[in-house]
Amino acid sequence: MSDLKPRYDLAVIGAGPAGLAAATLAAQRGLSTVLLDEQRAPGGQIYRAVTQTPVKNPSVLGSDYWHGADLVGPFRDSGADYAPGSTVWSVSRSLDIGLSRDGAARVLPARHIILATGAIERPFPIPGWTLPGVMGAGAAQILLKTSGLVASGNVVLAGTGPLLWLLAWQYLRAGARIDVILDTTPRENWRQAMPHMGAFARSGYVAKGLKLLLEVRRKVKVIGNVTSLKAEGDGRVQSVLYRQGDGAEQRLPADTLLLHHGVIPNINLANATGCAQNWDEAQRCWVPTVDAWGATSVEGVSIAGDGAGIGGALAAEHRGRLAALDALHRLGVLDRATRDRDAAPHREALDKAQRGREFLDTLYSPAKDFRVPQDETIVCRCEEVTAKQVRDAVKLGVSGPNQTKSFLRCGMGPCQGRLCGPTVVEVIADARGVSPAEVGYYRLRPPVKPITLAELASLPKAEDEIAAVMHH
Amino acid sequence: MTQTTRSDYDVAVIGGGLVGSAIAWGLAQHGQKVAILDEGDIAVRPSRGNFALVWVQGKGLGLPEYAGWTKRSADNWTGFSAQLREQTGIDVCYERPGGFLPLLSEAEMEHRANQLKRLHNQPNVVRYDYEMMDRAAVAKEMPFIGKDVVGASYCPLDGHCNSLKLLRALHTGISLSGVAYLPNHRVERIEQREGGFRMVTASGEVRSGKVVIAAGHDGRRLAPMVGLDAPVRPERGHIIVTEKTAPFLKFPVGFIRQTDEGGVMIGDSFEDVGLDTTVRNGVTSTIADRAIRIFPLLGKLNVVRTWAALRVLTPDGFPIYEQSTSMPGAFVATCHSGVTLAANHALALAPHIAAGGLPDEFTAFSARRFHVPAAA
Amino acid sequence: MFQRLPNASGERVSFTIDGRAAEALSGDSVAAALIANGVQTCRATPVSGAPRAPYCMMGVCFDCLVTIDDVGNQQGCLVRVRPGMRVETQNGKREIER
Ligand SMILES: Cc1cc2nc3c(=O)[nH]c(=O)nc-3n(C[C@H](O)[C@H](O)[C@H](O)COP(=O)(O)OP(=O)(O)OC[C@H]3O[C@@H](n4cnc5c(N)ncnc54)[C@H](O)[C@@H]3O)c2cc1C
Ligand code: FES
Repeated sequence: MSDLKPRYDLAVIGAGPAGLAAATLAAQRGLSTVLLDEQRAPGGQIYRAVTQTPVKNPSVLGSDYWHGADLVGPFRDSGADYAPGSTVWSVSRSLDIGLSRDGAARVLPARHIILATGAIERPFPIPGWTLPGVMGAGAAQILLKTSGLVASGNVVLAGTGPLLWLLAWQYLRAGARIDVILDTTPRENWRQAMPHMGAFARSGYVAKGLKLLLEVRRKVKVIGNVTSLKAEGDGRVQSVLYRQGDGAEQRLPADTLLLHHGVIPNINLANATGCAQNWDEAQRCWVPTVDAWGATSVEGVSIAGDGAGIGGALAAEHRGRLAALDALHRLGVLDRATRDRDAAPHREALDKAQRGREFLDTLYSPAKDFRVPQDETIVCRCEEVTAKQVRDAVKLGVSGPNQTKSFLRCGMGPCQGRLCGPTVVEVIADARGVSPAEVGYYRLRPPVKPITLAELASLPKAEDEIAAVMHH
Repeated sequence: MTQTTRSDYDVAVIGGGLVGSAIAWGLAQHGQKVAILDEGDIAVRPSRGNFALVWVQGKGLGLPEYAGWTKRSADNWTGFSAQLREQTGIDVCYERPGGFLPLLSEAEMEHRANQLKRLHNQPNVVRYDYEMMDRAAVAKEMPFIGKDVVGASYCPLDGHCNSLKLLRALHTGISLSGVAYLPNHRVERIEQREGGFRMVTASGEVRSGKVVIAAGHDGRRLAPMVGLDAPVRPERGHIIVTEKTAPFLKFPVGFIRQTDEGGVMIGDSFEDVGLDTTVRNGVTSTIADRAIRIFPLLGKLNVVRTWAALRVLTPDGFPIYEQSTSMPGAFVATCHSGVTLAANHALALAPHIAAGGLPDEFTAFSARRFHVPAAA
Repeated sequence: MFQRLPNASGERVSFTIDGRAAEALSGDSVAAALIANGVQTCRATPVSGAPRAPYCMMGVCFDCLVTIDDVGNQQGCLVRVRPGMRVETQNGKREIER
């Protein structure tokens, strides 16, 4: 861990593939660079704990995971400062970063900022998803990578998307047992995805993906076309109820239920900074609006990686390098022609990494019933607000999530809407019969992560800021 | 589109914030057919960002009628909240334990004592109890005050509520009373029509017999269209709220209070910045610092949200209630303390608007007070 | 219910859960350490008192809140377990004194 300088040319927030690649390139080219991350070790979500995982057998986590080590090595040698355990709770338009480290807050100015805060699992609101024993599949994967922990007893996986299958494969490799996979991929997705098959077939993923799928299907029972899911139990999950197509409800015993239906950008920091955002219909989520270099509507703030739209780990790495080159250009180190020339190989690599994305997005697009839950389902875990309450507010004339927030406290809890925002938007859009694009999203403010009042009180204050409070 | 000269509503209330909804609620209780024309999800809307005090002490220095109006509303609040609960099932959590304004130096003590003395010495001012308390007296009620607290002013009439529940209760109430709530109807123009008014909005036209402008900051633009004046300006205020905490603070303490849900709200700041609601960390930091001086215990709590909202301020800070003389049937209502005054807006103002005119007691609140020609 | 892979290696860390002695691996977060020790519920919500346990393991959901060394509402999944640490599960709202 390095001591922080008073200011930096470039601050990169998030030490996943995008952030590691961006910080490495920028530091190698001479920018004073700092990489901030709330985790204690580099890697982000995909390469979580790559430098220190207790899972030493390399075949369990797979070669794609170990690629993370190829990013961490050069980063360590790049000369960039690294500040793990640093939670960034604010980025201002004047490029001041509010961060909290070991219980002390401070403000760190930078000349350019790259947000590389990545993705979060898309909320998967089903009845009973708040019960202990129900978790994200991504969460289970983190437990495996960081601690060598696997679910035991009756284990059920449910949902759709590459990560679900990858976790199943890693579990099997580790010798863990999975009872059943409940596949919620809607049937019609296959038909819609077919036109994109060609591009996907030419991507590097096909052979690897098929092999993985076949290996899992050989060893685990997979129930397809699952159209409804419910977790039940007294104080913790004990069983999972599901329906196949329009068949009768079935019950399975479960000690652990791992849910997943894709990831979405983690937009809270960009949103609170004031970066413009738009609704992405294909990925069904709000994304910050960026140009080909990741630049946002806020001067001096760019976004690299999944935080600017889901593209996957390899794409994130290349997007990180492109954002870094653009930062070098904006800070006067590279002229435009040099930036463009140096970017060419990264752009090519990015195109290649993104090939086949449409196919995956379409095939694994989550079914409506799992995005727009039934009345009794809790949508806001923090304030325990149900879908019915949101629908009732719409009946009173509420047209967007900022109004449901003030009417229902939905989105006001500590998670600041991360786990209810996407669902609330979908429920309101559905109830009003309009697109989520028209419904909008929460308007967020700093701090995007909790800090103590004492930390807040310790920050530097300008004279006019003091006067604004004291003049009475 | 079919042309009709008939009015769609008895009254159109422009603005669905606390002021507009309280008036609309009151009008509906008097049998009026009402529509509220409001903006959409994102709007400059202090009704969603306020501090939820029902506060009496210190109000009305310079306009004794305002001290009386405020006290009357606070007195009406108990019945008003009971009525809302009965109608909608929503408890807006109104409580009146009395309120403290903590003071951090002898100079602040003296300034506050003088201010209150001058307020209560005004001719014809309403009478009520208040008290300057020294540190020991404050510590008796709240032993956990910080060492910097020198004393406080206290008034038993002060209280607080949950203003988000208030807004929801009002909206639920108006919906139950048949009021049409029309979101995404930002009013562009108001025109007088034979026997009424025509509002041109973002989503079509609305006709009504009477119109009430309760559009907060936009009143400044709308009022002149019907021969009225609402010279309001925005003043930015920051608010901090902490995580839910087990109840420890019974009283609203100036700019610090604990909500029924457990969060501690801390808010105070006064900036003239136009319609900008950006949060400044240096301002929230100053507020946090002062709050910790008053209650050191607060330092450990996590801040979960901050925001900035824009007070609707007239030049002297007092409300404007007025009916148009050139276009009878048009009214304006605007004020800063929409929570405190909600009870009066619903119970004491709306009935007059329903009846068609404001009595003399409202003359003091006319915007004509800003038109006094400068002394030669 | 989770169990450690038999060949998961690492340094052992001793700490306490609600006053009882417990062990974890040095890379564990507090949330992982609770799970490894069979703790099924780490808190009851301040709204309804419903039981909760870690859901996201990446700092997003706030369902892993626990009291660590007398400080309430800490995100267990973001804090690494340390020798001698005192971890307590939470019941409802945080107390102002801690
Ligand atoms: C920081 C802060 C703290 C406060 N604390 C307190 C307190 O403790 N106690 C208290 O009593 N008061 C407090 N207030 C004041 C209280 O919030 C306001 O008095 C109240 O919200 C004002 O209500 P309003 O309806 O006039 O305006 P708003 O709430 O702004 O509502 C105006 C409505 O009109 C709509 N509108 C605007 N223009 C148009 C148009 N052209 N067409 C259609 N619709 C339109 C807007 O969208 C909005 O919905 C506080 C305010 C602030 C900013
Ligand atoms: S488990 Fe979700 S924040 Fe810790």
